[in-house]
Amino acid sequence: MNSPSGGLQALRKIYSPGALRAFVLLLLALAAFALVLLIFGKNPIKAYIDIFGNTLGSGYGLSETLVKMIPLILTALAVAVPSRIWLINVGGEGQLYLGALLATWGALTFGSLPTWLLIPLITVLGFLGGGLWGGLCGYLRARGWVSETISTLLMNYVAILLVSFFVFGPWKDTESANYPQTPEFSEAAVLPAFFGTRVHMGLVIGLTAMILFFFVLSRTRWGLEMRAIGVNTEAARRNGIPINRYIILLLFIGGGLAGLAGMSEVSAIQGRLRPSLSPGFGYTGFLISWMAGGSPLGILAAAFLLSVVTAGGDILQMTQAIPGAVVNILMALILFVVLARRGGKGAVK
Amino acid sequence: MIESFFAGLIVGSIHSGTPLLYATLGEAVEERAGIVNLGLEGVMLIGAVSAFITTVQTGSAFWGVMAAAAAGALFNLLFGFLVISRRANQLACGLAMMFFGVGLSALLGAPYIGSRIVGLNEIRLPFLSDLPLVGSVVFHYDILVYLAVPVALLTWGALFFTRWGLSLRAVGENPLAAFAAGKNPHRIQYQALIIAGILGGIAGAHLSIGLAKTWAEWMTAGRGFIAVALVIFSKWHPLRAILGALLFGGAIALQLQMQARGLPVSPFLLDMLPYLLSIGVLAVWGGSRRQAAPGSLGRVFQGTE
Repeated sequence: MNSPSGGLQALRKIYSPGALRAFVLLLLALAAFALVLLIFGKNPIKAYIDIFGNTLGSGYGLSETLVKMIPLILTALAVAVPSRIWLINVGGEGQLYLGALLATWGALTFGSLPTWLLIPLITVLGFLGGGLWGGLCGYLRARGWVSETISTLLMNYVAILLVSFFVFGPWKDTESANYPQTPEFSEAAVLPAFFGTRVHMGLVIGLTAMILFFFVLSRTRWGLEMRAIGVNTEAARRNGIPINRYIILLLFIGGGLAGLAGMSEVSAIQGRLRPSLSPGFGYTGFLISWMAGGSPLGILAAAFLLSVVTAGGDILQMTQAIPGAVVNILMALILFVVLARRGGKGAVK
Repeated sequence: MIESFFAGLIVGSIHSGTPLLYATLGEAVEERAGIVNLGLEGVMLIGAVSAFITTVQTGSAFWGVMAAAAAGALFNLLFGFLVISRRANQLACGLAMMFFGVGLSALLGAPYIGSRIVGLNEIRLPFLSDLPLVGSVVFHYDILVYLAVPVALLTWGALFFTRWGLSLRAVGENPLAAFAAGKNPHRIQYQALIIAGILGGIAGAHLSIGLAKTWAEWMTAGRGFIAVALVIFSKWHPLRAILGALLFGGAIALQLQMQARGLPVSPFLLDMLPYLLSIGVLAVWGGSRRQAAPGSLGRVFQGTE
C-alpha cells in the first residue's frame, strides 16, 4: 500500500499460516452461529446464502458492502489511534453522532455556500464534533479523574440523546409530517460518490487517515514517542514526554475520525440527520480494531468481514423474519474465537 | 402537588434503583475478585428475557426470577471461560458478551413481544401500608425491592466477615500471594462470576417482570454500564452501593416524574441525567478512587511457571 516492500510483505502475509488460521477461526464462528440458528428452527444454509449472495454475489451487493465499510474503517481507527498508548476508546458511537450533529449544523446553516467551500467546512465540523467529545474524555482521564473506558461508554448515550433532542425539537423538518428528521441538505452539502454507486468520498478520507496514521506511527518522532509511552509509561515520563498532552490529543484525533464517519453518513448516505443514524458502527469499529490487533491490513480485512455481517442483519430481517439484532450473536462469536485463540497464546495481556 | 411530586420521586427512585443495586452488587463481587465485566449489560438482558419468557410460559413470576438467575450465571460462566481459562482481554470480552446478550435476547424474545403478564406482585404489609403518606411511599413494592437491601447486607457480610470473602478479596488484590497461601485463584474467580451472574440476572428480571412487565429489545438501555460506574462510585463497597443505586435511581425517576407532570423540559435532555451524573460523580470522586480499587483488577492470574 505505501511501499513496494510493504506490498510484498502483505502478499506473504496473506499466504501465511496466520491467515489460514484466521480463516479456520472464521469458519468455526460461522458454524457456531449456524448451530444457534438451527436451534431456533431457522435454516442456516439459506441464511448464509442470503447473506453472502446479497453482499458478495453481485456488483451492487459488493458496492453496498463497501459503503458500509467506510464508517467501520473510520470507527476502527478511532479505537486504534488511542490504543497505541493503552487508551481504550469505547465511545466511537457517541463520537460518530456528535460529528454528524455538528456537520448537520454546518450543512443546514451554510447551505447556500458552494460545494468546494461547504464540503471542507462540514468535514472540519464533523471532525471537531467527534474530536471534542473524545477530547473531553481524554481531559478527564489526563487529570486522573475518570477512566476513559467508562466515560466514553457513558457519553455514547448522551450523544445519541443530544441528536434526538435536536431532531425531534429545534431542527425538526416541518414538511415531513411526523418523521423525526431534519430538512434535507442542499446539493452542495452532499459528499460526491463514485461510478454511479453509493461508494463515496468517505472511502478516500478513511484510507488517507489510515495511511497517515501508520506513516506518523512508523516514520515520525511523534510515533516514536507514542510507542515509548505504550511500552513503558514511567520511562517515557522521565524522558520528558508530555503524556497527558498525548492522552488528550489521541482521544481528540480518535474521536475526530469517528466524527468523520458520522459526517460522511449524514452527508453522503442519509442526506439529512435522523435519530437512527448508525446501527452500532461505533461498537463494531471497536471489535474490528481488536480483531486487527493494530495492523492496517487487518483493519481493512476485519472491516470488510464485519460489514458483510452488519449488512447480513438487515438481510436476515427481510428474508427470514429474524430480528436484525441477531447478527450481534455472529459478531460476538467471531470475536470470541479470536480472543480465546490469542489469549491462549498469551499474546494479549 | 409538591408533596405528591416528592412522594412519586422517592417511590420512583426505589423502583429504578432496585435493578441497579442488584447489578452493582454483582459487579462489585466480580471486581473484588479482580475481574471487570463490561458484559453486565448482556447479563441483565439475558436475565430480563429469561424471566419474561418463563413467566409467560409458567405463569409464575417466582420461576421467572429463578430462570433469570440461572441464565445469568450460565452466561457469566462463558465469560469466565474466556477471561479466566483462556486469559483473553477482559474489556474486549466484556463488550463481546454485551453484543452476544443483545443478539441472543433479541432472538429469544422476538416471539414474546407484546405478551402480557401479571409479573411480580406488589406486597402490602399489614397496617404499615395503610399508614397515611408514609405507608404509600415505603410499603408498596414487590418482593425483589424488599430483598434488595438485605442482599446488599448479605454481600457485605460475605465479602468482609467470612474466610471465603477474605480469599476472594486476596485474589483480587494479589492472586500470586493468594495462590502461595494455598488458595485456588481460578476457582474463586469462577465462584465470583457465578454470584455476579445470578445477581445480574435478577437485576434484569426486575426490569422485565417487576417494572416494565413487558419485553423489548435492548430494554436495559445502558443500565449495565451505569452499574459498572456505580461500582467505582461506591468504591467497591456493597453498603455504599445502596446509596449509589438510590441516587442513580433518583435520576431516572426524576425524569419520569417530570415527564408525567408535563413539565416543559425535553425528555431527551432529562434522559441524559443518569449518564451525566455518573461521569460527574466519578470526576468529583476522582483522586481518592485509586487506593480503593482492587490491586490486580483487570489482570488474570497467569499461573506460576
